[in-house]
Amino acid sequence: MNISEKVVKETAELAQLVFSDEDLSVISGSMSEILALVEQMQEVNTSTVIPMSHPLDATQWLRPDEVTESSHREEFQKLAPEARDGVYLVPRVVD
Amino acid sequence: MRQQWEVVIGLEIHVQLQTRTKIFSGASTTFGSEPNSQACAIDLGFPGVLPVVNSEVYPKAIAFGLGVGGSINLVSAFDRKNYFYPDLPKGYQITQMDKPIVLGGSVEIPLADGSMKTINITRAHLEEDAGKSMHEDFHDRTGIDLNRAGIPLLEIVSEPDMRSSAEAISYARYIHQLVTYLGVSDGEMSQGSLRCDANVSVRPYGSDVLGTRTETKNVNSFRFLDRAIRYEIARQIEILESGGRIMQETRLYDPDRDETRPMRSKETAMDYRYFPEPDLLPIEIDHAYIENIRRQMPELPREKANRFHTDLHLSLDDARVLAASPALAEYFETVSGQCGDAKLASNWIRVELLGRMHRDDLEISNIPVSSSQLATLLTRIRDNTINGKTAKDLLDALWYGNTTSVDDYIKDNNLMQVSDNSELGTLIDRIFDENPKQVEQYRAGRSRLLGFFVGQVMKETGGKANPALANDLLRKKLG
Amino acid sequence: MHNCSIVQQLKDLKTGKYSAVELTSHYLERIKKLAPLNCYITVLENKALEAAKNADEDRAGGRDSALLSGIPIAHKDIFCTRGVRTTAGSLMLDNFTSPYESTVVEKLRSAGAITIGKTNMDEFAMGSSNENSYFGAVRNPWDQSRVPGGSSGGSAAAVAAGLCSAATGTDTGGSIRQPSAHCGITGFKPTYGRISRWGMIAFASSLDQAGPMTRTAEDAALLLGIMAGRDKRDSTSLTDPVPDYSASLNQSLSTLRIGLCEEFFREGLDSRSEKVIMNAVRVFEDMGVRITSVSLPNIKYSVPAYYVLASAEASANLSRYDGVRFGYRCDNPVNLEDLYKRSRSQGFGNEVKRRIMVGTFALSTGYYDAYYRKAQQIRRLISNDFKNAFEQVDILLGPATPQPAFKLGEKTDDQVSMYLQDIYTIGGNLAGLPAMSIPSGFADQLPVGLQLIGDHLDESRLLATAHQFQQQTDWHLRSPELETGE
Repeated sequence: MNISEKVVKETAELAQLVFSDEDLSVISGSMSEILALVEQMQEVNTSTVIPMSHPLDATQWLRPDEVTESSHREEFQKLAPEARDGVYLVPRVVD
Repeated sequence: MRQQWEVVIGLEIHVQLQTRTKIFSGASTTFGSEPNSQACAIDLGFPGVLPVVNSEVYPKAIAFGLGVGGSINLVSAFDRKNYFYPDLPKGYQITQMDKPIVLGGSVEIPLADGSMKTINITRAHLEEDAGKSMHEDFHDRTGIDLNRAGIPLLEIVSEPDMRSSAEAISYARYIHQLVTYLGVSDGEMSQGSLRCDANVSVRPYGSDVLGTRTETKNVNSFRFLDRAIRYEIARQIEILESGGRIMQETRLYDPDRDETRPMRSKETAMDYRYFPEPDLLPIEIDHAYIENIRRQMPELPREKANRFHTDLHLSLDDARVLAASPALAEYFETVSGQCGDAKLASNWIRVELLGRMHRDDLEISNIPVSSSQLATLLTRIRDNTINGKTAKDLLDALWYGNTTSVDDYIKDNNLMQVSDNSELGTLIDRIFDENPKQVEQYRAGRSRLLGFFVGQVMKETGGKANPALANDLLRKKLG
Repeated sequence: MHNCSIVQQLKDLKTGKYSAVELTSHYLERIKKLAPLNCYITVLENKALEAAKNADEDRAGGRDSALLSGIPIAHKDIFCTRGVRTTAGSLMLDNFTSPYESTVVEKLRSAGAITIGKTNMDEFAMGSSNENSYFGAVRNPWDQSRVPGGSSGGSAAAVAAGLCSAATGTDTGGSIRQPSAHCGITGFKPTYGRISRWGMIAFASSLDQAGPMTRTAEDAALLLGIMAGRDKRDSTSLTDPVPDYSASLNQSLSTLRIGLCEEFFREGLDSRSEKVIMNAVRVFEDMGVRITSVSLPNIKYSVPAYYVLASAEASANLSRYDGVRFGYRCDNPVNLEDLYKRSRSQGFGNEVKRRIMVGTFALSTGYYDAYYRKAQQIRRLISNDFKNAFEQVDILLGPATPQPAFKLGEKTDDQVSMYLQDIYTIGGNLAGLPAMSIPSGFADQLPVGLQLIGDHLDESRLLATAHQFQQQTDWHLRSPELETGE
């Protein structure tokens, strides 16, 4: 399957990535190569196979509804590129 | 002109579940804390953290499912819904797409004319809430508070079964009452515990194709929901009537301007790329688990209605209206039990109480007349202390706060019904003496004049005459 | 002392042949001298020496009950270490000091291990050569013009070069076994869920699994026993009790049946490597093990299925790196979109971006069924192939890699060829099986790794098989010759 630069751009938009024009052709080339490899799967008839999301046929155990976390706000926000008055900041967003 | 458009509404209601901790972390859910003080590493989507499901969200979601007669999925699973937004720390929301906990169900909602309507529920699924973006107070910045991120939500999706904003509000109120009653949610609307997304479209009457819909997001009061839907209906009809087309889009309701407008941040068509959440395994429950929850549930509105109908001999219609709201049902049962006459209690609540509530825009929880006051009032009707007319005046007195005690008020204002044979007999004789012409006409066959005499008796007694007794005596004496 | 197993070092520490401080200092010296190997991203010199001092004091005071007291261990820089920079080999987390400890690090530390440093790795564990690290490529100690394998290349090279007693790694598609094979060490990937993933930076959640990288199977058993177990912070961690792996290393293997995976010996396998593996098979035969041949008919689709599933999961797992709460943020973003796009595009390297793109594409509307869903179905077929195989044999045997370590730069322009390096290891991840690579000989002076794959939770038998092989051979005792001026 050939991935056009248009599809690369749309995909990059979903992934919030940006590529230079030069990189666009490189990435569309390598995505096409990888997807050609992936295409091999189509040889197999899987019409009756139940998809497998997880390597274990197990089910989930749950957690008691008990508070186990305390505030580490100052420690966490030291790691933030931009925070003020306990709040994370980003360039202004208009809803 | 507007008659030719049919309105179609479906609601997605997000209910915050009443739990101590978040759905996937052990951080507290207490409302109103310092920004980001209740956002732990998991809520913040830090590297290497993992979600672990809170066991308390399942019984709550299942109680709701049983409450609407839906089917409970024995195997449910979480999925990731991918999109970027600063209040969504991981860049995906953990939700249930393919295998929601509740499938199907329906509720009966009361309409303004007193009838009931069935609204079908498509599904209800568990998911995590996002954080809060604050656009004011930070100059050219938006502030992000992630305390709300990870609060457990039950998203209840209805079928597009509603045909007016009034029906939508009635449905939303019903869901609010139900989740509060079942203890699924604290129902605190002012804290965002119940938020609605309204899918609204219009189509020509008779069409069986749905029109293009818009989704108005995140409306957190019934009043705003009503306004937002009405605005949206009017806007869409206006566009269609001027030959335009409706854009499928996400809109926001702005209460200050009383209008909806498109959300700019979600303008681009979203491709959420749902896929199974690999950090969580499917959750399996058995019938015993569900039955255990069912056993602990309070009586549901529809079960209550059946009981009122079968055991208390109310009409099915009366029974449904009184059972629709748990608070109303409780009020009715108290009054009925104390006064000993279910039918009388039902009539008074449906006609007198609901009428006044509707007129004054009050809820059963904040009306000025307590159930035991009304019960005493009805008891005084039953023991012939007062007649119906006096009782209505007395109800008004209670309603407007002119009294708190039924019996004191009757005594102080001398409202006791005149039920004395001789006293009424003497009065009737006097009325006959003063109105010989009418007596003559009655006896000549104008039996309608009985009403005139009853009116005279009431006038003379200040409305306190026992109406049945007065009728009896009048007939006898005129006969 | 740097070439001894942990089991030997523990004896030496006990008898006072050397102290924990001496052992730790010795490793720190070697790390400095062999810095060009580029095994470490962060070396914790002071903390390690302090911990070693405490271990010596405890031992002197008779309080040395901890299993690993005084043993210097390196952690792949994918494991969060409290108060220590944790980068996942990425510029994105270059400035990230973890506020919490991963369960793996916590458990090993509690058992007395000393954290000597954080090892280099392919960025976010995506790679098979360790050339995708923001902190530069790691060199193979056996031939410094060659790659150590990846993504746990720093850990593998550090163990092989004698720069720590053992290391931790993670294996999503072979990232423990493949570099272990290339560096001539013992690398163990347990059953999916056997070791908690808490604090382990996610690549592909349904495939990622931590494991020990050691000199011997005996050391692997010792470390696994400490690392394994249910964790209330990882709901995919297994609740099954953890057996005493060390105690069962000498269990009788008289009834053992080993199956050679037919598909692993076809075209694509280097003939030199094949010769080494077949020699190892003869060792097992001499031990009295029954060798048969088994088929995994769908295994050839493991690489395509893996690249879809791993990339899809990664595309979501890596969305949290958005320049808002931690990590890299671009300079002067003009708006939110610019903040997201430039922070992510500058913070991630090319291979990471490529996989995010492939994963995003595979999940997008119109392609989900043909790619993602199809890959999940193939995953089940492969898993069923293994189930069938384990009805016939107890352990599967094959090469760990198609050929010995390749040259740096040799495959950087050929992604598909690079991806095919994991062709023998990926099946074990898709099916969640325990698997390991052990040294089995050399091809042109380069180590060749033998892969053993066991059934779910059959770690004990797998480790016993490897241990008893190592009693018959000395490949695991060989070390590369390195210039340290000692």
